[in-house]
Amino acid sequence: MVVVGGGGHGLATAYYLARDHGITNVAVLEKGWLGGGNVARNTTIVRSNYLWDESAALYEHALKLWEGLSQDLNYNVMLSQRGVLNLAHSLQEVRDSRRRVYANQLNGVDAEWIDAEGVKAYCPQINISPDLRYPVLGATLQRRAGTARHDAVAWGFARAADARGVDIIENCEVTGFDIERGAVRGVRTTRGAIKAAKVAIVVAGHGSVMAEKAGFRLPLESHPLQALVSEPIKPVLDCVVMSNAVHVYVSQSDKGELVIGAGIDAYNSYAQRGSLPVITGQMGALLALFPIFSRLKMMRNWGGIVDVCPDASPIIGKTPVEGLYFNGGWGTGGFKATPGSGQVFAHTVARDEPHPLAAPFALDRFTSGALVDEHGAAAVAH
Amino acid sequence: MLLIECPYCGPRDECEFHAGGEAHIARPEKPETLSDAAWADYVFMRKNTKGWYAERWVHSAGCRRWFNVERNTVTHEIRRVYRVGESPTEGEGS
Repeated sequence: MVVVGGGGHGLATAYYLARDHGITNVAVLEKGWLGGGNVARNTTIVRSNYLWDESAALYEHALKLWEGLSQDLNYNVMLSQRGVLNLAHSLQEVRDSRRRVYANQLNGVDAEWIDAEGVKAYCPQINISPDLRYPVLGATLQRRAGTARHDAVAWGFARAADARGVDIIENCEVTGFDIERGAVRGVRTTRGAIKAAKVAIVVAGHGSVMAEKAGFRLPLESHPLQALVSEPIKPVLDCVVMSNAVHVYVSQSDKGELVIGAGIDAYNSYAQRGSLPVITGQMGALLALFPIFSRLKMMRNWGGIVDVCPDASPIIGKTPVEGLYFNGGWGTGGFKATPGSGQVFAHTVARDEPHPLAAPFALDRFTSGALVDEHGAAAVAH
Repeated sequence: MLLIECPYCGPRDECEFHAGGEAHIARPEKPETLSDAAWADYVFMRKNTKGWYAERWVHSAGCRRWFNVERNTVTHEIRRVYRVGESPTEGEGS
């Protein structure tokens, strides 16, 4: 069996194939190096407060795995359940946020609504002045949400998969698929061909490129997603703050850097970099919410390529090619799902039938119309 | 920052424009006869090419007109800007 892509989701897929299904004759093919793609380029936020039942179930499953992941992998992934605030800045956002809180509670996902004073009490550094152009009117709070150490997730899954017999091959780019009578027979790579009865594509930013090589189409568009970090400072922010309306999210890493992200660049790109106006906008939003940060210097910024689906939900499941499976299109929110994604996809591949949590995310939802529309519903704009 | 040559206004900064995605997607001529799969292909499926890509842009903060751009999605280089109704370069577009 071949897993195409050695990012967080690919390594997690290989690990759960070995751990849950006893399938260890697995090669994970990575065109770059481990921890070099989006698993190392995200803003490390982990949460499960999605609106729709299908999404809440999938991401809550992932969050429960996160809670035991360090023990399971015997590798400290530094999960820090410091709480995530999703701010509301308008009456409509207040209504939408409270609706999402009720939906979360019905789905067993911890969620609370707190007003502006409550936000200030939870996060004293924030500016809740009514003079702001988009004042903070309140927030949803998921206390079990937080951050995890992204590099540790890559290394933890890689080491745990390797220990169970999985082969991880770096600098090995898949250049094509061998397909006979509609069924996959193997892959061609820059380092030779590999025969395989099952091939699982788990790529974050090249889903369409892979699909084209296999002869089918996907509803994906690839965009840059940028982030940046400040110079390291003493502990000042002990929770995660996200704002949809002014569009910025921020947390402080254990190294002391503020980690700042926002939305995608609007145009298609495979360049792993974006345009300055996007991060200029998110810095403006940050300083409106946190004037205290105005003197901070920014150290680095970078971009990753994310495949965005029309409904901002991932694609997990079979493809039109027999024996070829796809897990991708996670858009801007894949990191939080890493263990859950790997486990439900491993189940889907091993048994050739979708895991119950993965079934709503099959590719055929774009034909049936049963979309899982998390655009604007999933606590952040995508 | 991209510098985009609006065919009506000349070169302007990217933030005056909005990206409109893949160009030259023709609306099905007989929608009433279309299968679900063909609808899905028209509505959702995209080429999302890595390399030269024919796409639409609109000059939102300028003349507000739509036009087409051939842009490389790896280097961001723009090699051609042309009006709606004109043909894409051979081998590009849909």
